[in-house]
Amino acid sequence: MADVVEVRDLRKLFDSTLRRGRGGKVHAIDGVDLATEPGEYLVLLGPSGCGKTTLLRTIAGLEEPTSGEVLIGGHVVNGLPPRARKIAMVFQSYALYPHKSVLNNITFPLKAAKLPPDKQRERVRWASELLGIENLLERKPRQLSGGERQRVALARALVREPRVFLLDEPLSNLDAKLRAIARDELKRFQQRVGTTTVYVTHDQVEAMGLGDRIAVMQAGKLRQLGRPVEIYDDPADTFVATFIGSPPMNLVPRDKHLVGFRPEHLWPIENVTAPDRITMPFHIERVEYLSGDRHVYGTIKGIGEETRVIARLPSTIDTPISADELHDFSVRAERLRFFDKDSGLRCDPVPLT
Amino acid sequence: MSTDIGADIGAPAAKQPLADRESFLAKVFLLPSIIYIVALVAIPFGLAIAFSFSDITAGDPSFDWAGLRNYRAIFDDPTFWRSLYNTLVFTGISMVLIVVLGKVLANILVANFRGKWLVRFAVLLPWTTPVALSTISWLWLLDNVFSPIDWVMRRVGFLGPGENVYWLAKPWTAMGSVIAVHVWRLVPLAAVILMAGLVAIPRDIDDAARVDGAGFWRRMLGVTLPLTMPVIAVAGLFGAIMTFTDMAVVYVLTRGGPTNSTQVLASWAYFRGIQGGDVAQGAAIALFLFPLLLAAAVAILRSVRRMETL
Repeated sequence: MADVVEVRDLRKLFDSTLRRGRGGKVHAIDGVDLATEPGEYLVLLGPSGCGKTTLLRTIAGLEEPTSGEVLIGGHVVNGLPPRARKIAMVFQSYALYPHKSVLNNITFPLKAAKLPPDKQRERVRWASELLGIENLLERKPRQLSGGERQRVALARALVREPRVFLLDEPLSNLDAKLRAIARDELKRFQQRVGTTTVYVTHDQVEAMGLGDRIAVMQAGKLRQLGRPVEIYDDPADTFVATFIGSPPMNLVPRDKHLVGFRPEHLWPIENVTAPDRITMPFHIERVEYLSGDRHVYGTIKGIGEETRVIARLPSTIDTPISADELHDFSVRAERLRFFDKDSGLRCDPVPLT
Repeated sequence: MSTDIGADIGAPAAKQPLADRESFLAKVFLLPSIIYIVALVAIPFGLAIAFSFSDITAGDPSFDWAGLRNYRAIFDDPTFWRSLYNTLVFTGISMVLIVVLGKVLANILVANFRGKWLVRFAVLLPWTTPVALSTISWLWLLDNVFSPIDWVMRRVGFLGPGENVYWLAKPWTAMGSVIAVHVWRLVPLAAVILMAGLVAIPRDIDDAARVDGAGFWRRMLGVTLPLTMPVIAVAGLFGAIMTFTDMAVVYVLTRGGPTNSTQVLASWAYFRGIQGGDVAQGAAIALFLFPLLLAAAVAILRSVRRMETL
C-alpha cells in the first residue's frame, strides 16, 4: 500500500532580500492544504516563483515550514530531517555526485542506510536494469548525456524503495525530443513501481500528460486541484483558465463578468450546427499555420466588449479564412465558462442575449 | 556609406590606433609584472646562487670564487641541520593544524546565524594585522614573568602561586609557541580559501545527500571533502609556503633561541648572512628553501588544474 503525502495549512515565509532590515517577508507558501491519493501521480504546476518548489522542498524536509503540518503515511514529519522521512528526490540539476562513478552514485543511499553489501549489489542491479543503465555503471557523471544523467538520478532515487518520490522539474534540462520520450518513460516507470509521486513543473504539457491530478499554484496559493480534464475544462478561476491551454482561454468582459471559451471551440459559423450556438462577428487580423491547425487572431464583438481573441481551427475545417475579413464565428453555449470580473472566480452562467 | 565601411575593412591595421592594437597592448600590460619579477625575484635569485659560491662578506664585498667551501661549512654546522629540521617540523605541523582549523572556521563562516558579520570580521583580523605587530603582542602574551596566559592558568589552578611556564625559555614550549603563532596568523587565510571551495559546491548536491539519507559525517567525508580536495590542497600549500619562508615570527619571539632550538632556515640565513656579515654562507643557507618551494609550486599548479577538470 503506497503512502499518502499531505500538507495542512502550510505556510512558509522568507525574509525578503530586497527589503532586508525593514522586516520584509515573502510568503513563498501561503496556506496550502493538499493531500495525495495512495500511489497517485500528483503534479504541482505553476509559473516560476509560485512556491511549488518550496512546497516540494518542505515535504522533503529541506525547508522547515513557518507553520502548518506535513504528513507522510499519516504521521506528522515536521522537524524530522530528510533522511528520516524515507523519501527520494530528483533535482532539476540531477545533483549527481560528480566525483563518484554511476555505480557509487546509486550505491550511496544504500550505504547510508547501512544495507549489507550483497543486498546493495542486488538492489543496484535491479534499479540499473529497470532504467537500462547497466552499461554506464563505471562512468563518471560528466561522461553522460542529459538523458543518461536523468536516468541515473532516477535510479539513485529509486534504489532505496522510498515511500514517496519527489521530482523537481526533472525534464527541464533535456531537449524537446528527448523530453517527450523521457516523459513517457517516467509515467510508465511510476505505474510499474506504484509509489506515490509529487512532481513539480512549470510546463503544462508535462503536467497534463503525467498527472493523475494537477495542483495549480500561484503566488503561494493553491488555485485548483483536479484531474487534467477538470483543470482544462472547468478552471476554477481566470488564472487557471489562462495559464492552462495554448493558446490560453479567451476571456471577454461583459458587465461584471468575464465570458470565457477555449480557442478550439470558436469555429466559423458553418461548422457549428448545434442549436445552442452563440454567434459573433469576428474581424480577422492574422492567420498562423501551426502543425496542421490554423490559429486565427482578431477581435470579436457582440457578446461583450470588443476583445482580441484567438480561434484554433483543426485541419478538418477547411472554410477559407483570410486576413482583414469579417466572418461570423460561433461557440456552443455549453462550452462557455463564466467568471466574476473582480475576484476572477468561476460563477453561474449569465444570459448573453 | 557602404563604400566607407568597405574601405575600413580593407585596411584595418593601418588605421587602428595604437591603443586598440592587441599585440601592442599585450606587451604593455605584461611589462610591469615582468619588470617586477626580474627585479625582485630573478636578479636576487641569481645573486644568491652566485654569492653562495663566493667568499663575499659584509667587510669584503669583492667577488672571489670559493667553490663549494660555503656548502661544506654549513654542512659541518649542527645549527644548520637543526634549522632545516625545525623548518620542516614547523611547516608540517602548522600545515596540518592550519587546514584542520581552517576547515572548521570555514564551516562556521558559511553557516547562517545572527551577527555573522562580526564573527567574519574577527576571524579575518589576524590575517590583516602585520606579522611583526601581532607577533609583538604574542611576545607579551608569552612573557616569562608577566604572561597573561600564565596568570589565567594560575587562576584556574593549572599552575601554583608564583609559578611560570617560561614559554619562550624552554625548547619544547618555545617550539610550540612559534607553531601556535604561525597557525594563528594563517588560519584565517586558509578559512577564506576553504570557504570559497565550500560555497562553490552546488546546493543541490548537499540537498541530494541529505535526502539520500546521509548524516553530517557521511556528507562531510563522502561528498564535501572529496569535492573541496583541490581547494584544501591549495590552502595547505599556501600555509606551508608562508610558514616555510617566514622569519618574522621566530625573529621577534625567540631570535632562534633558546640555544637555536627554534632556529629556522630563513632566520639562520639572516643571522649568518646579514647580522654575522658572512653573506656568502647566508646565501648558501637560504638556497635550501628553494627545492621545497619549487615542489610546493608544482603541487599548487597541479591541484588548480584538477579543479578545472572536475
